[in-house]
Amino acid sequence: MSPTVFFVAIVSSMLVNNIVLLRFLGICPFLGVSKRSETAVGMSAAVMFVMVVSSVLTYLIYYYILEPFEITYISTIAFILVIASLVQLVEMFIKKISKKLYKSLGIYLPLIVTNCAIIGIAETNVREGYATEYGVLPGLGVATVSALGAALGFALVIFAFSTIRERLEAADVPPAWKGIPISLVIAGIMALAFLGLEGLV
Amino acid sequence: MAKPKKDPGLLAVFTKGIIKENPVFVALLGLCPALAVTSSLETGLGMGVLVVFVLTLSNIVVSLIRRLIPEEIMIPSYIIVIATFVTIVEMLTEAFAPALFDSLGIFIPLIVANCLIMSRAVAYASENNVGRSAIDGLGMAVGFGLALGLIGLTREFLATGAIAYGVFIPLPVEGAILGFDIAPLNMEVFVGPAGGFIVIGVWLAVFNAIGLYKSRKRKEAWDRWVEKKKREKAEKKKQKAMESAGGSA
Repeated sequence: MSPTVFFVAIVSSMLVNNIVLLRFLGICPFLGVSKRSETAVGMSAAVMFVMVVSSVLTYLIYYYILEPFEITYISTIAFILVIASLVQLVEMFIKKISKKLYKSLGIYLPLIVTNCAIIGIAETNVREGYATEYGVLPGLGVATVSALGAALGFALVIFAFSTIRERLEAADVPPAWKGIPISLVIAGIMALAFLGLEGLV
Repeated sequence: MAKPKKDPGLLAVFTKGIIKENPVFVALLGLCPALAVTSSLETGLGMGVLVVFVLTLSNIVVSLIRRLIPEEIMIPSYIIVIATFVTIVEMLTEAFAPALFDSLGIFIPLIVANCLIMSRAVAYASENNVGRSAIDGLGMAVGFGLALGLIGLTREFLATGAIAYGVFIPLPVEGAILGFDIAPLNMEVFVGPAGGFIVIGVWLAVFNAIGLYKSRKRKEAWDRWVEKKKREKAEKKKQKAMESAGGSA
């Protein structure tokens, strides 16, 4: 396996298959916390951390527990349990080590449990069949890198979107379009722009 | 016998999810599937049916166990209930509707992270009895399914100029409306991701505009009513004054 595999994985999950605009995962936080760029950055950091750790854990659980015992059909339950308990753990851990970090990330952590981007990436890692393509352990590397790429793509899009929304507040928008409707149309235009990156990898 | 105000009838519990508190267009919940699986009417409605099952059943179970669960572990416990029903529904879909299973793909297991279901469990089923929770879940899910159907219908029609719903609905408008060939007007972008965002945005704006129009009308009616009352009061006063003047004369 050559190192280009990792590069391709990160570019493809960050830009070509952008998780928010092209795969429609994580729309709720995308619309919910993108009013100010500061909160967008906080949410992105929390998502990045939980996404990478949870995709490693769910991958290991899938291939070392669920598959040997032939109970892969409960993967959804297992994954969501892992994510929910991981979020709880991370919350307690951050609270213990840094009050400041907890203040800036803490409020986003409970929201992450129902963030479909996290479980979506966990499911995708398994469905893409990295393990059959590269072997179980090298596949873990590819899965982790593409989870990181997806999180970076999330951060990129939510930050760009939040800066647009900050400027939108000063704009003269017709009353019926104020708030979410005009934001969705803008997201659509951003998705059109991202379509241009198709074929990059 | 008048009902107490805090206790709306079962019918109201059912219908509020469809229009007044529509999950997609009013509460903006569950937008991920609303964008992802609505490239056609068929997949949109299919997702709606699955959510009807999951939401109704999870609301029933959450309502049954609501007194047993301590508040600290409320969310993890509810999410397991939801995940169990999602897994059951996933297996049933794979067995009985394989075509739907293929076209919805990863979004069937992702029903578990649908914020609509969790929010109904926390906000309604954990505080109401079983019957009400079931009706609430059913109404919300039907509202969700109808919204998804509407979005899917719009996108599919704009992109292909036709509605292809399995073999059940014949295609009355395929390729031509009133003899006018619409094939060159097909906008394939609406099947793609960008079209999803734009169609939902436009529908939201339409419903907002209707809401604004209604509230303006209501305000006008209220102003008229206040004006009328004022006039009546003034007239009464005048009459009274005249009467007392006549009486003293």
